[in-house]
Amino acid sequence: MCLAVPGQIQSLLESKDAPTTARVVFGGMTTDVSLAFTPEATVGDYVIVHAGCAIALLDEVEALETLEAFRALSKGAT
Amino acid sequence: MTTPRDFRQPALALNLTEAIAQRVTRPWTLMEVCGGQTHSILRYGLDRLLPEGVELLHGPGCPVCVTPSEGIDRAIALALQPQTIMTSFGDMLRVRGSSTDLLSARAEGGDVRALLSPLEALRIAAENPKKEVVFFAVGFETTAPSTAMAVAEAKRLKIENFSLLVRHVRVAPAMEALLLDPLSRMDGFLAAGHVATVMGTLELNDIAHRHQIPIIVTGFEPIDLLGGIHQCLSYLEEGRSGVVNAYRRAVKEEGNIPAQTLIKEVFDVIDLAWRGLGLIPNGGYCLSPAFRDYDADVRFSLGPQQADLHSACRSGDVLRGIIKPDLCPAFGTSCTPEHPLGATMVSGEGACAAYFHYRG
Repeated sequence: MCLAVPGQIQSLLESKDAPTTARVVFGGMTTDVSLAFTPEATVGDYVIVHAGCAIALLDEVEALETLEAFRALSKGAT
Repeated sequence: MTTPRDFRQPALALNLTEAIAQRVTRPWTLMEVCGGQTHSILRYGLDRLLPEGVELLHGPGCPVCVTPSEGIDRAIALALQPQTIMTSFGDMLRVRGSSTDLLSARAEGGDVRALLSPLEALRIAAENPKKEVVFFAVGFETTAPSTAMAVAEAKRLKIENFSLLVRHVRVAPAMEALLLDPLSRMDGFLAAGHVATVMGTLELNDIAHRHQIPIIVTGFEPIDLLGGIHQCLSYLEEGRSGVVNAYRRAVKEEGNIPAQTLIKEVFDVIDLAWRGLGLIPNGGYCLSPAFRDYDADVRFSLGPQQADLHSACRSGDVLRGIIKPDLCPAFGTSCTPEHPLGATMVSGEGACAAYFHYRG
């Protein structure tokens, strides 16, 4: 149930009658995912998916800042 | 572009481990809430990298483990009804209710289908107009948005042969209940990162403030977990309390507003008995009056709920962090993944299954 690994949006499947669906790749697996809760997501973005819906769009800037913050506090240990 | 692998770098993990060792001056007990976090900790052996005296308790964040067994019993009863298709997340199929499981119901001729999403259940309903399609809606606030969307779409498209057996559970009330339990011994929490992507971090502020503890919203990769642990221990060493978002690439303070809006429209909050933990005030969701027509409990008049039976299974104590799985007398003997006694051994996210696979 818990897909902790983010998937990358490969393509969008727009529909005039329903929220946008995207084809998302997780490692070797591809699945169709609703973007109803992440309407700003687009091709190339990484999303967190649960039960067929993207619930978060990964923020690249925050990812880099988090890595930097963790590196900085571990450097203080030497 | 960063990838998950960036959050698994061994060198950074070891540096963080050293930083933790240098930061700590006394014993501390932390609880990671989410089953996915428990598995990551055990898979990468992170608990063994921590200094003597720092203990990790494995919390009840395994939705399959805490789904009330009466819900499973009802799902089985519905599966065995004629002209009914019972749909569920796959990891619920092997979890025993009070006596048997959905997989056995399938073996007895029930139409039971494992799906990745309630949206698939809705499609099945549209394609099978002469059958009743029921979705077993379990999981935390991470899966609740998808359930909400499925029933909202059912209503919009007027698909009437679709219903939900709702047993969604809410994490923050369970954290509150654990803190109020006199047997609990956690000094701080690593909060469930993906629940926070939906609900945000604000609901945790109240808990942190009233109980004067640190709550660190943490991700799932080894670097995320070690970083979250370091943050939690720093707060404890400094006597600080409050919420810290250590999973900022996925979690915003306000959470996912469209998801929260739909959850509020579709669900009401109720008190709910969690398997192994007992009644959690505000611990669950039911369908709101506007969506009651899609409520399987109502549609199929399934009768009053029954209490869970006791057995040798100590899932409840494991979920509370009172014992580790390998201290349960049944662990590895009468209870293994092949013949599990309780949900913490069946579920891929359960602490007992994790111990069996990585420490057995």
